[in-house]
Amino acid sequence: MSATKFTPSIISRPVYGGLKPHGAVPSLMLANGPGGEALLELIKADPTIPGQAHVIYIPEGCGLGKTLETKGFAGYFEGASYPSILPRFRKLLADAGMNTRLYLAGTEGLIGQATSEALAAGMLPEAIDAEHRGSLARRMQCVHCKGITENVITDPFTCLHCGLSLFVRDHYSHRHAAFQGVCVDAEAPGEIPPRQEIKA
Amino acid sequence: MTIQFNDETFRDDYSYHNSAEAIRRFPFPFDKDDYMYAVNMEPHAGGREGSPFENRFDVDEHYVAEMRDREITLNEDPLRCQSLPHMELAGWDLLELIMVSKSEDYPELFSLHRDGDRWHWINRPLGIDHKFTFLDPTTLPYGPMEYITRQAQGDFAVLDQREGNLWMEAGMVTSQADWSLDFDIGMNFFEWHAPVPKAHEMGIFQRALKFLLAIQQDSPSRRLNWTMTVNPRLDTSPENYHKWGPEKRTLTPENVGEKQYLRVELQTFFRLPRSNGLAFPIRCYLISLQDLVTVPKWGRRLHRVIRDLPDELADYKGFAVNRQLIIDYLAQFDDGKPTSPGIFPDE
Repeated sequence: MSATKFTPSIISRPVYGGLKPHGAVPSLMLANGPGGEALLELIKADPTIPGQAHVIYIPEGCGLGKTLETKGFAGYFEGASYPSILPRFRKLLADAGMNTRLYLAGTEGLIGQATSEALAAGMLPEAIDAEHRGSLARRMQCVHCKGITENVITDPFTCLHCGLSLFVRDHYSHRHAAFQGVCVDAEAPGEIPPRQEIKA
Repeated sequence: MTIQFNDETFRDDYSYHNSAEAIRRFPFPFDKDDYMYAVNMEPHAGGREGSPFENRFDVDEHYVAEMRDREITLNEDPLRCQSLPHMELAGWDLLELIMVSKSEDYPELFSLHRDGDRWHWINRPLGIDHKFTFLDPTTLPYGPMEYITRQAQGDFAVLDQREGNLWMEAGMVTSQADWSLDFDIGMNFFEWHAPVPKAHEMGIFQRALKFLLAIQQDSPSRRLNWTMTVNPRLDTSPENYHKWGPEKRTLTPENVGEKQYLRVELQTFFRLPRSNGLAFPIRCYLISLQDLVTVPKWGRRLHRVIRDLPDELADYKGFAVNRQLIIDYLAQFDDGKPTSPGIFPDE
């Protein structure tokens, strides 16, 4: 599976430039699901990278872990979910030196949250490479109750927190690493359009 | 000039009203009989006497009631006022700008005495008499931006300038036309305008940004923007859309003149001296259609503008569902005669 091509219609949505090798420098890598393939392609393009790279991989049912752990990374760790790896990721960011590169690959929710963490830890945006792989699911913030619903794949969807039916607004916040969900039947309560799969 | 402040509400029983004088001075936003986006900037260097353009920060009969409404909104949702940590200096800049402007422009309402960094601020309409130390946040009950914008009509976005862009990183937003400060804070100029249709393709935002980046101290600019709102509600936020949305479906041919409001934003832009930030006040004015048509030129013109507006704009501005009702109502006041250029009523 190759990197996702998004439609260019959402101006606030980040553009993911893909993973490009930056050579044998200290690196952090974080990937989920098919994002593991992007890491494998990266180190194939430059085999000097793994020696100084610490990898966190969240398989989410993807079987790439077995291959990744044989690639000679300086550190390799498999985690169950993003929240579960967050303390480890934060520690690695806090310990990272000036010339550390960050490689992120996988879903938009993972890339967005990890980017926010890295920037908050003082990393510069130009030190971060990101590549979208896998599900087109969106991470959504309910504009009403402010709750985040992960892995939204339909429009409209039900807010996990307040239960309102929300439509997926094409507006993205870096700070929340989320798209905006807005009540779909606000004007005519109960009039909810049929659910459609999110395709871009 | 003495202003009689209205006792009125912007929610529940909606007792908001405009006096005859407030109608005459309303900032009608259409200078001709049709509308399309434009970078319609002009210097904010005074204006016609008695108009909302005369002073740097217009204070009118709605001042006290608007500040009361802001307090209600903030009590329900403190996220309407946010300032990222690096924006505090810009907050002091804004406080200074508003205090100096209001005390000079409305000396009977506001006074500012400065002795070095020891300042004494008196706001008579709100009953505030406060001594504090400029640049010392421990001497104010709120951060500087929140303190002063609880005393100034309209929303305020405070923008940081860097990397050739403007970043919305502080704001007080309780009377907005359906955008969320909490969601948009931290975005650059293009990102926070992302949901606006057509204007990106027209190059509007590229030109506007170029203009705004070049704004100099003591040379503020202004423009008007507009939308339509059912009922005189200041808080048309996305946060509360599920609460005010149903009101949009209550219009009938009988009540449209009374319940449908033209909502005009007087947007101004001031360069801030210490932070090099940009203050972006967005002052909201509301007028019912039945009051608006008492100025014959405005009734004629608004009918033509709404009738001929591209569908996407009516959609984006959120009144597509009521557009025909509005057109039918306004048509009664359009006799087909030509209108004079400019926004002001004919004498």
